[in-house]
Amino acid sequence: MNMLTISGSPHLHSDNSTRKIMFGVVVALLPAMLVAVYYFGLGALEVIVLSVFFSVFFEWLIQKYLIKGPLTITDGSAVVTGILLAFNVPSNLPWWMVIIGALVAIGIGKMSFGGLGKNIFNPALVSRVFLLVSFPVAMTSWPKPHPITKVLVDTVTGPTPLGYIKEGLGAGKTLSELIPHLPSYAQQLMGQMGGSLGEVSALAILLGGIYMLWKKIITWEIPVSMLLTVFVFSGILWLINPQHYMDPVFNLLTGGVMLGAVFMATDMVTSPMTRGGQLLFGFGIGLITMLIRVWGAYPEGVSFAILLMNSVVPLINRGFKPRRFGKVKAATVK
Amino acid sequence: MGLLKTFVLGGIHPPENKLSAGQPVRTLKVPDQVVVPMGQNLGAPSKPVVKRGDKVKTGQLIAEAGGFISARIHSPVSGTVFKIDQVMDMSGYRRTAVIIKVDGDEWMEDIDRSDTLVTEINFSPEEIIEKVKDAGIVGMGGATFPTHVKLMPPPGKSADYLLINGVECEPYLTADHQLMLEKGAEIIVGTRLLMKALKVKKAVIGIENNKPDAIRQMTELAAKEEGITVQPLKVKYPQGGEKQLIKAVTGREVPSGKLPVEVGCVVQNVGTTFAVYEAVMKNKPLIERVVTVTGKALSNPSNLKVRIGTPIKFLVEEAGGLPEDTGKVIGGGPMMGKALATLDVPVVKGTSGVLLMREAESHRLPESPCIRCSKCTQVCPMGLEPFLLSRLSRMGRFEDAEKEKVMDCIECGSCQYTCPAHIPLLDYLRLGKNKVGALIRARSKK
Repeated sequence: MNMLTISGSPHLHSDNSTRKIMFGVVVALLPAMLVAVYYFGLGALEVIVLSVFFSVFFEWLIQKYLIKGPLTITDGSAVVTGILLAFNVPSNLPWWMVIIGALVAIGIGKMSFGGLGKNIFNPALVSRVFLLVSFPVAMTSWPKPHPITKVLVDTVTGPTPLGYIKEGLGAGKTLSELIPHLPSYAQQLMGQMGGSLGEVSALAILLGGIYMLWKKIITWEIPVSMLLTVFVFSGILWLINPQHYMDPVFNLLTGGVMLGAVFMATDMVTSPMTRGGQLLFGFGIGLITMLIRVWGAYPEGVSFAILLMNSVVPLINRGFKPRRFGKVKAATVK
Repeated sequence: MGLLKTFVLGGIHPPENKLSAGQPVRTLKVPDQVVVPMGQNLGAPSKPVVKRGDKVKTGQLIAEAGGFISARIHSPVSGTVFKIDQVMDMSGYRRTAVIIKVDGDEWMEDIDRSDTLVTEINFSPEEIIEKVKDAGIVGMGGATFPTHVKLMPPPGKSADYLLINGVECEPYLTADHQLMLEKGAEIIVGTRLLMKALKVKKAVIGIENNKPDAIRQMTELAAKEEGITVQPLKVKYPQGGEKQLIKAVTGREVPSGKLPVEVGCVVQNVGTTFAVYEAVMKNKPLIERVVTVTGKALSNPSNLKVRIGTPIKFLVEEAGGLPEDTGKVIGGGPMMGKALATLDVPVVKGTSGVLLMREAESHRLPESPCIRCSKCTQVCPMGLEPFLLSRLSRMGRFEDAEKEKVMDCIECGSCQYTCPAHIPLLDYLRLGKNKVGALIRARSKK
C-alpha cells in the first residue's frame, strides 16, 4: 500500500469548479449569440471571434511576460469576458477597435487589479465605456438587423429605439409621432432592432438567464430587482405623462437592460455576496439606468449604472450580512 | 408521509453512497489485543485505574473520569493489561492508552448479555443518570460529549424536549440506520429512560427520508408509547448537527454560543440511546459499538459490531480486505471524519464509520482564486461568510474573525465542499477558531 493521504475534512467535493461555471455562462450566452449572427450576419461573428481570441491572448501575454505568474487562461473567464465585450459593441465595429477593446477589458479591467476574482469593475463594461468615449461615432452607429436568410445587402445603419426616441423628443417631436416608426414589441423581443450585437433579443437573453438560474450560476435577486426597478420607475413616469415618457415594457426590452440584468450585473466577481446586498445592488442599477435614460445625456445608461454600483459593492458587502443562525432575540428564546 | 421538515439556513446534498445500507450488523470476533485510548470523550481524558499485569474481565472498570466533563472507560475484553503506554490514536497524536492482551472472553457477572428485551423501568431519574455515568457513555454520533452531563441541565435550566438523532446525514454511514432496524424496541426503551432522566414529556425521533424502513419501524414502535413521535426529515446535510436538528424538528433556534438546553432541548444520538438502554437495563458499560466499514472499492461494505480498542485493520479485513488503490482512510464520515495515518489505530467510542477512499478520490484539487460566487455563504448552515472568515484567518485578523462569529462554525465542511475554486475554507476556519479560542481563554484569565 502507498502512503495514505492525510488532509482535513471534508473529504468530499462537489463537482463544481470555476471552469464549469464559466463554461456554463458561455452556454447561456449561445442563444443571444445565435440571434446576433442571424440579424447582424458575419460581422457579428467576426466581432465575437476577434474579441474572444484577443481577450484570451492578452490574458496569456500579460500573465506570461508581465506578471510572470501562473497561466489561467483555461479557466474560461477570459472567454466569457470576450463574448460579453462583443455583446456590448455594434456588430460593425472595426476589427482594430475590437482588439483595443479586448486589451482594455483584460489589461485594465481585469489584470491591473490582480486577475480573476480581484477586479472591482466588470471588465467588459470598463472596455465598453472606454470605447464609447474614445470612438463615439463607431460605437453609436448601429447596423440595422437583417435576417441572414435573406441575401446580404449593404449594411445600413440607423439609431437604436432608445436613441431614436431621445433624439426625436430633443427635436421637439411628440411620442405619438415617433412611436409608429419603432419596431413592434414582438420584434423587440426577438431582437429585430438596432443595438449592441448581444443585447437586442430579450427572449434569447432570458433563455440564457433561465439556464443560469437552473444551473445555480446566478440567483434571481439581481436581475429581478433591477428589472422590477426599471419597470416600476418608468411605469410611474409613464402613468404621469404618457405623452412624454415611453411605457415600461419598452424600457425593459430596449437597450442593455436585459443583457445588463442577466449577464453583466450578475457577474459574481463584481456583485454583492448576500441576497439582501444583491437586491439593493439590482435596485441601484435600475434606478441609475432610468435616471440616465430620462435626464442624462446618453439615451442608454445600463453600463454606467452597473459600473457605478460595482464601485459600492465592498460597502454593500459590509452592510449586508447573511442572517446568522442563533442571532435570536432574548424574548423568542423559551 | 406528511410534510417533511428540515432546517432553514444553507445545507448541501452530497451524493449519499450508502453502500452498506441493509447489511445486517455482524459481530466481529474479539482481536488478540486491544488498545484502549484514555481520551475517548470530549473534555478531560480518563485516568487509568489498572496497572501492568492486572487481570481484567470484559466490562470491568479500567479508567475513572478525569474531571466533570469526562467519562469512565471499561475493559472491552478479558485478559491481562500488557502495558500502559503512549500510542497513536485517531487524532494522529500519541496519547495514553491501556493495552490489553486478550484471553478468552469472560464478562463481569452482573452484565446481562442476553437479547431479552426489558421494558419495565424501575429506576428513579437520579439512578438512571448514575448508571449512565457509571457505564461511561458518551455521544456516539462522533462528538463524544459525556452523556450524563447532558442529562444534568445547569441550575435554572430545564428541558421539555428530548430529540433522538437518527438523521445520519453523513454520506456512506449506515450504522445508525441498521441499529434502528435491528434494535428499534431497545432504542424506544432507551428513549423512555432518557425522558425519565430529563423529566420531559415529549420525545421526537428525527430520521431523514432516505431511510423509509427505519421511519416505518420506529413510527410503529413509537405509536405504542406516550409522548414519543417520529419526525421524517428532508434529506439535507448537516441535519445531524444538534442545532440544525433542533431547528428542523422544533423550529427553535439555539442562540449563538449557547447550549441546546437554552431552548429546552436535549439531543441524543440513536447509538447513544441504545447504549443507555444497555447500561441501565442490562448493566452493560459502553464497550462495543456498531461501525460502518465502507468504500467504493471495498468488496464487502458492512455494518460491524466491534469491541472498543479493536484495530481498524481488523474491521477492514472483515469487510473484504484493503483494496489495492486505497488512497485515504477516514475515521468517521467523509464530511466530518478524520483522515487516518495508519490502520493500526483502534476503534473508540465515537467511531461511527471507517471509509476507504480510492486513490483518485483522495486528493484535493489545486486552489484557484476566489471568484466571489458566494456559494459558501449560501450553503453555510450557521449563516456565516466562510470566504470572509478564511480571508481574515489568512491575514491573521483574529479579532475581526471573532466579531464575524467564527466560533459559531460547526465545521460541517459544506462551504469547502461547494467551493468552485477549491479553496480549503474549513482549514482556515479551523485555524481561526483555534486562535480565537486562545484569545477568549486569555481574556477570561485576566
